[in-house]
Amino acid sequence: MSGEHIDEVSDVSTTGHEWDGIKELNNPLPRWWVITFYVTIVWAIGYTIAYPAWPMLSSATRGVLVYSSRHDVKNELEAAEVAKGKYVAALQAKTVFEIAADDVLRGFAIAAGGAAFKVNCVQCHGSGAQGSKGFPNLNDDDWLWGGKAEQIQQTITHGIRFASDSDTRLSEMPAFGDIITPEQIRQVSAYVSSLSGAVGDQALVIPGANVFAENCAACHGDKAKGNTELGAPDLTDAIWLYGARETAIAAQVRAPKQGVMPAWGGRLGEVTVKELAVYVHSLGGGE
Amino acid sequence: MRDKTQTEPPEAEAIDSPNTREPLYAPRKKVFPKRISGNFRRFKWLVMAITLAIYYLTPWLRWDRGPFAPDQAVLIDLANRRFYFFFIEIWPQEFYYVAGLLVMAGIGLFLITSTVGRAWCGYTCPQTVWVDLFLVVERAIEGDRNARIKLDAGSWTARKLVLRVSRHAIWLAIAAATGGAWIFYFADAPSLIDELFAGTAAPVAYITIGVLTATTYTFGGLMREQVCTYMCPWPRIQAATLDENSLTVTYNDWRGEPRSRHAKKALAAGQPVGDCVDCNACVAVCPMGIDIRDGQQLECITCALCIDACDGVMNKLGKDRGLISYATLSDYNANMAAATAGGACSVNPSLVRTDGSAFSNRLAHFHVRKIFRPRTFVYMSAWSAVGLALLYSLLTRDRLEVNVLHDRNPQFVTLSDGSIRNGYTVKLLNMIPEPRTIVVTMQGLADAEMSVVGIDMPADRSLSVPVEPDRLKMLKIFVRQPAEQINAQAQTFKFRVEDKASLESDEYTATFNAPEIVR
Repeated sequence: MSGEHIDEVSDVSTTGHEWDGIKELNNPLPRWWVITFYVTIVWAIGYTIAYPAWPMLSSATRGVLVYSSRHDVKNELEAAEVAKGKYVAALQAKTVFEIAADDVLRGFAIAAGGAAFKVNCVQCHGSGAQGSKGFPNLNDDDWLWGGKAEQIQQTITHGIRFASDSDTRLSEMPAFGDIITPEQIRQVSAYVSSLSGAVGDQALVIPGANVFAENCAACHGDKAKGNTELGAPDLTDAIWLYGARETAIAAQVRAPKQGVMPAWGGRLGEVTVKELAVYVHSLGGGE
Repeated sequence: MRDKTQTEPPEAEAIDSPNTREPLYAPRKKVFPKRISGNFRRFKWLVMAITLAIYYLTPWLRWDRGPFAPDQAVLIDLANRRFYFFFIEIWPQEFYYVAGLLVMAGIGLFLITSTVGRAWCGYTCPQTVWVDLFLVVERAIEGDRNARIKLDAGSWTARKLVLRVSRHAIWLAIAAATGGAWIFYFADAPSLIDELFAGTAAPVAYITIGVLTATTYTFGGLMREQVCTYMCPWPRIQAATLDENSLTVTYNDWRGEPRSRHAKKALAAGQPVGDCVDCNACVAVCPMGIDIRDGQQLECITCALCIDACDGVMNKLGKDRGLISYATLSDYNANMAAATAGGACSVNPSLVRTDGSAFSNRLAHFHVRKIFRPRTFVYMSAWSAVGLALLYSLLTRDRLEVNVLHDRNPQFVTLSDGSIRNGYTVKLLNMIPEPRTIVVTMQGLADAEMSVVGIDMPADRSLSVPVEPDRLKMLKIFVRQPAEQINAQAQTFKFRVEDKASLESDEYTATFNAPEIVR
């Protein structure tokens, strides 16, 4: 390429580059653009001095502002903790009953308890606390161990049948398959099923009442209304942890399944447990 | 000086004149608009005074709304998500009113442009108004066009330095006042101004002032006509909204050409002579730095100052005013055809005059009737339709609302007695600045009853709750229906809310879910 070439159409000099007959025009950049470009270069240099940037052997330069996004997160978390401080202190000092009676504290506890529930409880009780077979529904008004806020707090703190907590809620229904005959199991299952409205075979139901009085009434009560002191379920209501069908009841009489709930007091701390208790109590079944 | 215009026209050339048109990216050519007086200039002063007064004074107007709402007539309360405009209060979900106003503004712009051209650009656009204001300062300090050109070309003396520094200082002060006035729309103006000067206002207030000061100073002082030419999309759109019946600032070549600086000599030589004496007054006053005689062009904001300039010259020469005038393209074309004998020859002004001085009565003139044509009727009806719809909606809107969210997880809960319970988040919106007591009632759903989390009350089909002024109250309501009454998996019923004092009410149709088999 020799000499300057001027494009005939636009009267502008070209760079001398040519691709398949297409030449690149050599238009000047606007001055503001060039200035802006130089400013960005200067800015970039300043930026790498101010902030962590240049790679070194083992790490990178820290920058004169000593900025760190991890540090920012830590500060934000600390600020959030401080902001929560007065509520947490109030929750610490008050009983769950007092917390539930206070509009502001209840709102805070329900929000915090809801978050804690999503992390710690949904694995068994479900994301809507609706439970499933063997895992109690926490929305309803049927409570094995009591539905008052204090009772819920006690259950969460110490768990159920949780061996490593000495205060855990403990009950054990014997496996009646070893104690009574299969015929008696059929009879008592029919009787229990009839208590909540099912129309059963009267030939089984009537002798079943006797079997119940002799073997079951001690824990479940004469009227089968259950006993929250012992964790004995109410057998007359519409809620069945292991199923409502006669066969399901019979299976539970023969060799009962016994669920275990861990003690959360040590792991979550008193305040979080209180929050959880208030939250669960607010789900609609609290007493 | 004025007499000289006839004999010794100032050197002035349009910045986009084809003779000197530079390639793209050439540095800006400075424009030094000359001061002019006349009818359009007076109108522009008036518009400038009114628009600036509206902008600066509006936040200081008061409007009593009672003790539970701010008393600022126009307030955009972002923190509380409320917008107040005199007697109107808008919640965020009512933003469609603002959208409707924007639609009206858009259609209005089409309507105005299709009738009187870019009147928005020429008179009311903030860019035009602020540039005008900045030019007032520039002229007051550095003098009129010639003095400014001389100063700009001259070397840096102490005098030039003082003039330049004071000009930019006053520009910056105006820019800061512009940014300063803006923030008062977003907070209580009287208390904000105290905080502002005490240094205790929110950082965003100072940042906003800073940003708007920078943009006002840059756009109004430094960039000026470049904002209209390069940054604004409107000049590109105007071509679609103008038609041959739109009034726009026009140089009437049919009476102006052939232009001549030495009319007497040319006449003596028997050549045709137009009214234009090529004095360049129209170019010298143009804030965009263009020559209107090159025809309608993208840069022209139709501020009509060239009309004032030309009319002044025509007056002095004893000729008819209106060599540059507001005219429609169809009139212009008709007159042009007359002056060129239907395109047979170049412009010959004698063809449009009867006896050498008076204009022929065959000339086309603008008639008010031309404003009313199908296009403007369509714009006007669309504009009025949107306006009436907004007005109707505003006058009939609810100030008490209920919104209901049905719990989905779980959808229903079976209780120990076999009854079914559903949960609802009920939101009561009290949209007036007064406290109210709202009665929430269930309609339908046989034998069902409500209970509310946090409110100690026996289960009932109705409850009354106090709601704070201008606030939303959220209730968690559980509805329970006995098993024997449940006749479908999904039943509908209504939450009705009512203010017993004003008798305002609203309803929400909700669904009650039950399992497939209810024992």
